[in-house]
Amino acid sequence: MSGEVRKKPGLALWLPLILFAGFFALVIWGLVRPADREVASAFIGKPLPAFDLPPATDDRPGLATAVFKAGKPRLLNVFASWCVPCAVESPQLAQLAGQGVEIDGVAIRDRKEDVARFLAQNGNPFARIGKDDLSQVQLAIGSSGVPETFVIDGKGVIRYQHIGDIRPEDVPLILAKLEEAGK
Amino acid sequence: MSAIKAKHQRLVLLVIALVALVGAGLLAAWALRNQAAYFYVPSDLVARPPEPGRAVRLGGMVEKGSIRRAADGVTIDFVVGDGKARVPVRFTGITPDLFVEGSGVVAEGRMEGPTFVADNLLAKHDEKYVPREMKDMTASQAKQVVAETK
Amino acid sequence: MIAELGLAVLWMAAALAVLQLVSGILALRPEGRQIAGLVRPVAVMQGVLVAAAFAALITLFLTTDLSVKLVAENSHSMKPFIFKLAGTWGNHEGSMLLWVTIMAVAGGFVALVEKRLPENTLIATLAGQAFVSLGFYAFLLLSSNPFERLAEPAPEGAGLNPLLQDVGLAFHPPTLYVGYVGLSIAFSFAIGALVTRDVGPAFARAMRPWVLGAWIFLTLGITAGSYWAYYTLGWGGWWFWDPVENASLMPWLAATALLHSCSVLASRNALKAWTVMLGVIAFSMSMVGTFLVRSGILTSVHAFAVDPERGSFILALLAIYIGGALTLFALRASTVTEGARFSFVSREAALVFNNVMLCGILGIVLVGTLYPLLTEAMGVKVSVGPPYFNPVSAVFAIPMMLVMGVGPLLRWRQDSFEGKRGGRITLPVGLCALLSAAVLFGVELMAPRIGLLPALGLAIAAGLAPASFLPLRGRNLRRTPLSIWGMVLGHFGIAVALFGMASESAFSTERLAAMRPGDVRQVGPYTVKLEGIGPVAGPNWTALEATVSASYEGAAPAILHPQARTFSNPPGNRTESALKTRWNGQLYAVLGEEGEDGRWQMRFWWKPFVPMIWYGGALIALGGLLALLGRVAADVRRLVATGKIAYRRSRKAALGARP
Repeated sequence: MSGEVRKKPGLALWLPLILFAGFFALVIWGLVRPADREVASAFIGKPLPAFDLPPATDDRPGLATAVFKAGKPRLLNVFASWCVPCAVESPQLAQLAGQGVEIDGVAIRDRKEDVARFLAQNGNPFARIGKDDLSQVQLAIGSSGVPETFVIDGKGVIRYQHIGDIRPEDVPLILAKLEEAGK
Repeated sequence: MSAIKAKHQRLVLLVIALVALVGAGLLAAWALRNQAAYFYVPSDLVARPPEPGRAVRLGGMVEKGSIRRAADGVTIDFVVGDGKARVPVRFTGITPDLFVEGSGVVAEGRMEGPTFVADNLLAKHDEKYVPREMKDMTASQAKQVVAETK
Repeated sequence: MIAELGLAVLWMAAALAVLQLVSGILALRPEGRQIAGLVRPVAVMQGVLVAAAFAALITLFLTTDLSVKLVAENSHSMKPFIFKLAGTWGNHEGSMLLWVTIMAVAGGFVALVEKRLPENTLIATLAGQAFVSLGFYAFLLLSSNPFERLAEPAPEGAGLNPLLQDVGLAFHPPTLYVGYVGLSIAFSFAIGALVTRDVGPAFARAMRPWVLGAWIFLTLGITAGSYWAYYTLGWGGWWFWDPVENASLMPWLAATALLHSCSVLASRNALKAWTVMLGVIAFSMSMVGTFLVRSGILTSVHAFAVDPERGSFILALLAIYIGGALTLFALRASTVTEGARFSFVSREAALVFNNVMLCGILGIVLVGTLYPLLTEAMGVKVSVGPPYFNPVSAVFAIPMMLVMGVGPLLRWRQDSFEGKRGGRITLPVGLCALLSAAVLFGVELMAPRIGLLPALGLAIAAGLAPASFLPLRGRNLRRTPLSIWGMVLGHFGIAVALFGMASESAFSTERLAAMRPGDVRQVGPYTVKLEGIGPVAGPNWTALEATVSASYEGAAPAILHPQARTFSNPPGNRTESALKTRWNGQLYAVLGEEGEDGRWQMRFWWKPFVPMIWYGGALIALGGLLALLGRVAADVRRLVATGKIAYRRSRKAALGARP
């Protein structure tokens, strides 16, 4: 075999690796790119709309916008007794409440007895629970399902929206967002 | 059609493989330029409309109160908006389960005049999350149904 | 208790994988000869332990042990048995454990039975296998422990995605997984052969059954997945060129090419570096596929739980294994000796053509799948669909299928189309080609509105179907080896599937209508009547069910029940289409929503010969199975024979040694 013939395949043998490197660079970019949050982010930085919801259970007061303007950041959790992921996230809410976070709930299209049963089963981390039978408040704050959790700073401005159930690994993020909102 | 010269067989095979690879790449590049469907949000679609008839995708929110059903019972008209612009959409077919007013949708289709004619609607959901309009059935009701049908 | 046991066993298996890797590396050094005997038993033991860990997880799911987090999140005590079982692998952690299990069990099996390969190459292979599985052990044990307990047992499980509560889907992912992991064995063989620079027929023969096995499962997985998408999505289509589908198609394309180049290497000792390269590519496509599906980096129409973090873990493994393997390839391939030569007209040349075309299609699919990501990097969002994939892949698929009709008839090394020998090939092939041309003209004359691609598909299928049986000509059918039967059946399956695809896109008729009970519509040869709509309930769903009577050209009507199901745990909706299958096609019915005026949306398709697509897929898999059985039977016979010879020799030696 002549030297010339031998050299050419030698270089070409690196081609698969180079192509793979290109693929790798592309997907790395794909993973780190900011995720699509167009819909979710629309309400971040905006003040809560004014609302005043009646209580959803007998042992907690209802929920009004004024609560969120008291100067301390709070969590607003949108849930429902008929929603299974809401039950799944309850240990995480309990953990947050245990660390001194004040959480208010909005029960969506629910019945008093169902809410009471749900809270008896899964624990009650809420300071106040508003009853939103028509999803009015839910729509007004840009939530499109349950469960969702909002971080509201002490002036009543939405700072962060968490879509879906809070998993154990999300707790530090929520705490960080709360701290950020408190500054 | 004779046997390949002994010394060059490996080189010939390599060249064939490379030519095929490059050929495939060029063909793919050319075809993708012509056939890929671009993604638009309503404000883009209004600002820079694609040529009529070109397959594109339109993504946005289904405006509340905009869904109208035509007389044939299978065609619907609705408006997709993104807060800045609004595009009327027509779709003939069976809508996906999670297609509801006020939620996100991606429509595949093309512009025909001022209307976006969709061939297909996609509404996405996740197993860990209950979208808003889903559903009036409570957990206790569900359990009851299960108990009754066992 | 079972959960803790499972976890402990899993840790032990991981430790054995470390031992397998280290002892394998040491055994390849001249000073480490004495520990070479350790590698095989360690590999076997690792397989046994992981199987035990997986059995433990299955037990937890079957007994619905709600103190285990994975069970509480993915199962439910009221779920039917079969879905409790499928729940074991219907989630990320369980599927990763399944992956490791198949990998370790296969590795143990190789260690137990593989006797042909030089011992060094086998040790390098097992070390490579241990290296690959270690990455997945790390993934499992460090970031996704399937046996994790909850602080307090959950009162009830959270259920399973209603879209996944389907028998087809319950067994679809594990089928694909077996295929993917089978390719990891081929990958390990390729690495072993590269490390010892020992690429030859023995390597190809040892690798071939694993490639064949993986390929059979991939074929079945893709066929079943396509049928599943066909009847659950309710769109009437059977392939959408969606990233999730492409992710399963790409390893299949690579494995098909590997299978064919393997047979060249095994029979003729040619295409050495190329076969090794394909071994690496086939497994990288499996990993790329898993990565694309799990990371959610591309948008898909198929609902799938995605997690970018887990995606990045798979990506890291991909970088280590594939990057490492390709570097090794670049360094070593030029030192692999050159293979035997062949002429332009020979079996080898036809197989090279097949390989190049398959790789062309693979490239087309890969580029098309990644293109949306590429343009997004430049700030433009696009999606790529059938208008790109269909014609562009046909550019490569059509010449490949033409050569497929001739290739199996050619002799190894050198053949000719001239003279008496040539006549035996050109005459029957010419007849098949004539049949193809006749069909093409017929279609163009009778139905000029049919597109070029479906027409070409019908024509090629018509020619390829008889041509695929030509290798049997002049053979004694009883004495024909099973592997030849396998090839014939596999190629015939391609023709059958192609016929189904072409016929579906050429002749389908669709009818979309809003109907009141009692209304009648015509769909192709069928007259359909909506009889009524009522509620029904299943174990964990309720549904609205339409009763449709469908009469084929005036014959007695068949009753169909398309449903719109609502699942309770967790809540979700799904369309359940109804199918009526005849020998010459399928009627497909979907129930939509109720309009304000009491009419119901109904959608019907008449799809002539559409089931041929999946029958074809099943035939291809059956062909693979026959070939596998043939090869394995031959191997067993040879093992027995060499055992006997060795026994006789030792007897002779013993007798001769006697004074």
